[in-house]
Amino acid sequence: MNRVGRWQIYVPLGLYLLFTLVPFYWMVVFAFRPRGSNSLLPWPITFEHFDHVWNGMGFSIFFQNSLLVGVVSLISTTVIALAGGYALARYDFRGRQAFLVGMLCTQFIPGAMMLIPLFEIFRTLGLVNSLWALVIAETVFQLPLSLILISGFVKNVPVELEQAAWVDGCSRLRGFFVVVLPLLRPALVAVGSFAFIHSWNNFLFALMFVNEQDKFTLPVGLAFTIGEFSADFGALAAGGVVAAVPVVLVFAVIQRYLVQGLSAGAVKG
Amino acid sequence: MRVARSPRTPYVLIAPAVVAMLGFLVYPMGSVIYYSLQHYDVTQPWDNGFAGLENFRVLLFEDPLFWQSLGFSVKWVVVEVVLQLLFGLALALIVNESFIGRAISRALVFSPWAVSGVLTTGIWILLYNPSTGIFRYLADIGIGTYDTAPLADPSTVFAAAVVAELWRGVPFFAILLLADLQTVSGELYEAASVDGASRIRRFFHITLPHLKDAIILSTLLRAVWEFNNVDLLYTLTGGGPAHQTTTLPLYVAAKAVQSHDFGYGSALTTAAFVVLTFFSIAYLRLSKFGARS
Repeated sequence: MNRVGRWQIYVPLGLYLLFTLVPFYWMVVFAFRPRGSNSLLPWPITFEHFDHVWNGMGFSIFFQNSLLVGVVSLISTTVIALAGGYALARYDFRGRQAFLVGMLCTQFIPGAMMLIPLFEIFRTLGLVNSLWALVIAETVFQLPLSLILISGFVKNVPVELEQAAWVDGCSRLRGFFVVVLPLLRPALVAVGSFAFIHSWNNFLFALMFVNEQDKFTLPVGLAFTIGEFSADFGALAAGGVVAAVPVVLVFAVIQRYLVQGLSAGAVKG
Repeated sequence: MRVARSPRTPYVLIAPAVVAMLGFLVYPMGSVIYYSLQHYDVTQPWDNGFAGLENFRVLLFEDPLFWQSLGFSVKWVVVEVVLQLLFGLALALIVNESFIGRAISRALVFSPWAVSGVLTTGIWILLYNPSTGIFRYLADIGIGTYDTAPLADPSTVFAAAVVAELWRGVPFFAILLLADLQTVSGELYEAASVDGASRIRRFFHITLPHLKDAIILSTLLRAVWEFNNVDLLYTLTGGGPAHQTTTLPLYVAAKAVQSHDFGYGSALTTAAFVVLTFFSIAYLRLSKFGARS
C-alpha cells in the first residue's frame, strides 16, 4: 500500500487540531489570567478565578455531587450490564429475542422527553432533590448500549475456554471471573467510561430533578454561571476548567481502549 | 453456541436490567402516552381530566410553534449529521495512516467528545463574545471587524451554534469510523494496488463499502441523538432569538420546566417519538442496512 505524501496528512490534521485546541486554549487563558487582562498568554498566572468559583460560588460542592453521581452510575451500569450481557450472550432463554428488540426500541426514546414522566415517578418515590434520582436515570439510559456492547464481547470469548475451566473443576461463576472477565477489559473500560462521562455531563435531568443549590451538579452550576454572570468570563472559564479536567483525564486514559473496544465488539455485534 | 444448565440462571442475571428498564423507561413512556390524552396542567388543576385527542388537535392545527420547532429540528439534524459525518470520515482516514505523532494527535482531536453541551456553550461564549473573544483579536490583525457578535446577530446565530456543536460532534464519527477502518483487511488494499487501482478508486471500491453499515448506524444514532439533544441550544441560544433556534425537545422542555403544562408537553413528546420511530424505520429500510453489496 503506497504512502500518501506527508503534507497530505499534516496540513489538514494541523488545521483540524487548531479548530479543536483553540477553544480549549481560550478557556484556559481566561481561567488563569488576571481580571481585566487582555493578554493571550495566561500570564501573570492567577488563581483568583478558581478561588472565586470553588469557594465563593459552591463549585466544590457541585464537584463532589458530580463525582458521586458519576462513580455510582459507573458501578451500577457496569454491574447490571455485565450480568445481563452475559446472560444474553451465553443462554438461549424464552423472551431473549423480545428483550433484544425492546432494547433497540428504547434507543429512540427521547431522553429529554422523559422529563415529565420521570419527574412524576421520582416525586412519587420521594426522590426529587435527591442525587439518587440522577443515578437511576443515568444508569437506565446507559443500560441498553452497555448491554449490547458487553454481550457482543462475551460472544467473542470462545465458550470452549469456559468449558475447559469447568472441566478443571471451576464453578460457572468462578470460571466467569477467572476466564471471561479478564478478556472483557476493553468492553468494561468502554462501558464504564461512557457511563461516567455521560452522567458527569448530563444537564437536563439534573436541572429538572434537583432544585436545591447544595445538590447541583457541575453542568447545572455552570449553566447558572452562563446565565447570571455573563460578564464574569474569568469565573465562567475557571468553572469550565473544573468541569473539564476530570472527563478529559479519564478520556485521555481510555481513548486507546475505546477504539479497540468498538472495533472488536460493537461493530460486528 | 449456548450452554444452558439451570433454566433460572439467565432470568436471574438479566432481572436487574429488565426491572430498571421496565420501571424507568417503559412505564414512563406509557405514561407519556396516557398523559397526552389528558388535560394535565399543574398551574390549572381545575381543568385536569380526560381530553381525548384534544391536545393533538391543538398541536396539529393551532400551534404554529410545533411546526416551526419541528422544521428547525429537521434542519438542525440534517446540517449537523452531514457535516459531522464528512469531517469525521476525513479525520478518521487521516489518523488511520501511520505518521509520527499519531497517538497524541488522535487523543487531541477526539478529546471534545468528552465535553458536555453546557461546557461547550461556556467555551464558545468565551470565543464568540465581541469584547474579549477571538474576533476582537482577529480584528486587531486586520481580519474582520470589531463588532462581530455571532450569537447576538439573528443572521449568524444558526451558523454559530452549528460550529460549536460540530466542535464536539465530529469526534463521535471519527472514533466510530476509525474503529471500523481498523477491521478492513490490508490484503484487499494490496491486491487493489497490484491491480493498479488509484487511491481514490480504492477508497470508493474498498473502504466506503466496508464502512457502509457503520456509516448507516452511526448517522442514525447521531440523528436521533442530535434530535433529542437540548443541552447546547438550551444554554447557548435559549432557543432564541424569537424561537428561531427552538427544536422540538427544547419546546417540550420549555413547556415542562417553565409552564408546567404536562398534558400538552406529553402530546408533543408523543408526536416527537412517532416522528423519530418512523424516520428510523424508513432510514434503515431505504439505506438497506445489513444488506451485503
